[in-house]
Amino acid sequence: MAITTRLATGPDRAIEITRAITGRGTDPKGAIFRALLQIALLISVLLLIVLLVDQVTKGWDVLSTRFGAFFQGTLRSRPDDPTIGIAQGLVGSFWIAIFTAGFAFPTGIAAAIYLEEYATQSRFTKFIDINIRNLAGVPSVVYGILGLSVIVNTFGLRQGAGGTLMAGGLTLAILVLPIVIITAAEAIRAVPDSLREAGYGVGATRWEVVRHHVLPYAAPGIITGTILSLARALGEAAPLILIGAVSGRLASDPSYLDVGQLTERFTAMPIVITTWAGRPETEFRTLTAAAIVVLLLVVLLCNLTAILLRNRFEKKRGS
Amino acid sequence: MTETPPDDALSDAPAADPTVLDDHEVVFDVNDLDVYYGSFRAVEKVDLDVREHEITAFIGPSGCGKTTVLRCFNRMNDLIETARVEGEILYHGVNLYDDAVSPVEVRRRIGMVFQKPNPFPKSIYDNIAYGPRITGMKDGLDDVVEKALRRAALWDEVKDRLDESALGMSGGQQQRLCIARAIATEPEVLLMDEPCSALDPIATARIEDLMQEIKSLYTIVIVTHNMQQAARVSDRTAFFTVDVNPDSDFRTGKLVEFDQTETMFSNPSDERTENYVTGRFG
Repeated sequence: MAITTRLATGPDRAIEITRAITGRGTDPKGAIFRALLQIALLISVLLLIVLLVDQVTKGWDVLSTRFGAFFQGTLRSRPDDPTIGIAQGLVGSFWIAIFTAGFAFPTGIAAAIYLEEYATQSRFTKFIDINIRNLAGVPSVVYGILGLSVIVNTFGLRQGAGGTLMAGGLTLAILVLPIVIITAAEAIRAVPDSLREAGYGVGATRWEVVRHHVLPYAAPGIITGTILSLARALGEAAPLILIGAVSGRLASDPSYLDVGQLTERFTAMPIVITTWAGRPETEFRTLTAAAIVVLLLVVLLCNLTAILLRNRFEKKRGS
Repeated sequence: MTETPPDDALSDAPAADPTVLDDHEVVFDVNDLDVYYGSFRAVEKVDLDVREHEITAFIGPSGCGKTTVLRCFNRMNDLIETARVEGEILYHGVNLYDDAVSPVEVRRRIGMVFQKPNPFPKSIYDNIAYGPRITGMKDGLDDVVEKALRRAALWDEVKDRLDESALGMSGGQQQRLCIARAIATEPEVLLMDEPCSALDPIATARIEDLMQEIKSLYTIVIVTHNMQQAARVSDRTAFFTVDVNPDSDFRTGKLVEFDQTETMFSNPSDERTENYVTGRFG
């Protein structure tokens, strides 16, 4: 059959075949779908660019003329105060990040390992799994209330009228904990069973399989997820307002090295921004925009780190 | 050897000498083995013996439980939470499913090669060295790696690139690497779960040759979809089939017949075996 077809190929046949296989050059539905997808992508990218350009323009006065002073200055009530700046907010956010990373990462990753590799699948573990997913969707204000009533009032992590930096860090760590668990669990679940079998097959114990094979393979996903959750913690204002982050003047001397601040009252970047944004003086608009640019840069830096680490670990994994 | 005509199974069967085969010591003595997944019985009443320095093949249609039975031999089914085993598998007289038996120790003595090559995402060297390393071995790893790779007929191909990732090898090389990895822990038994199903005929032939070469050192149990492969490589063959319960649609695997491969392919005692090996179904 195939041979006779080939023998019959003459000029007429070639024309016929050309017509048959070149008939539909265009695919209008496909083109429309593709255009819609591109528009969706464009909208999301454009929004981000517009936001960035808008804030950079508005805050340019501050960013261009007194960049250094802005980083070293502290919270002031008068916008034209030459010592006004975001140092306290940055230091507060820095320590919150450390606290979140130090508390939520190990706890969350450990919980995820247990859920995926150790716990027997039962109705109870399913129930826990669903609950963790729900917790990840709980509004951050609710975590603020939790932080206020449990961490600040019951555990007494307070000083005077409000919660301490440790209370703020702990609250945000609890806020991102479910997200860390979910992303880490997804990354662990994505490890192919064939890899586990390979490990068990040569006589590895469960601990060895987890430590030598599952975790290295899941590392890129775990790291990306956790760093993104850190970015989330850095941007949260509502829970911190509830537990009493300082929005007016703060007497402390900001330092990135002083652990003692953990038991002092604090402020953080989102708090600085919300406070300044609520002030009537026009100079505060410029200050707010400048602070937003800094916070955005910090968050983008987090995401960049996540991507770089991911690439590094994926390379190491050899895939 | 690489391309097997489907009707030429018999001529390829090894010339087994029955009297010699029966002298081989029993490694696994399987008695009345049932395997359940939850309340569903996947395999029932399996009785067979696996003998030392022989290749025992499990054949049968999909879903007949041959892989399930194989995975009982090194307690791999323990990883499936709902799996449960009844009856006994005696390994040199010790029941593998005794409470005192450690699955980790079992797997060191009874190595496994899987259906799809599954090297670790590490270097070739580290793949082989992994098993010995976790048992605490630090010195002489180079020798162990070389020996294992030589036995798996892979040494000449990879000796200059031991540091390269195993994932860069071809499928056939990866599978021989997995065999080398299993050999490196010096097991007594090698379980092979359709080791050639993802490989081309040439790579398959290499693995089959390899099995013949290492048979004198190990006891091999192989699950295969390919009857000709069973006829070519094995000394004994177990034929499994599957019963479908018309009420519940549950499928339960059964051992139909177990005998020397020559007998199984030339003069089977069960009609179902004959139909299967002559290609009438499955």
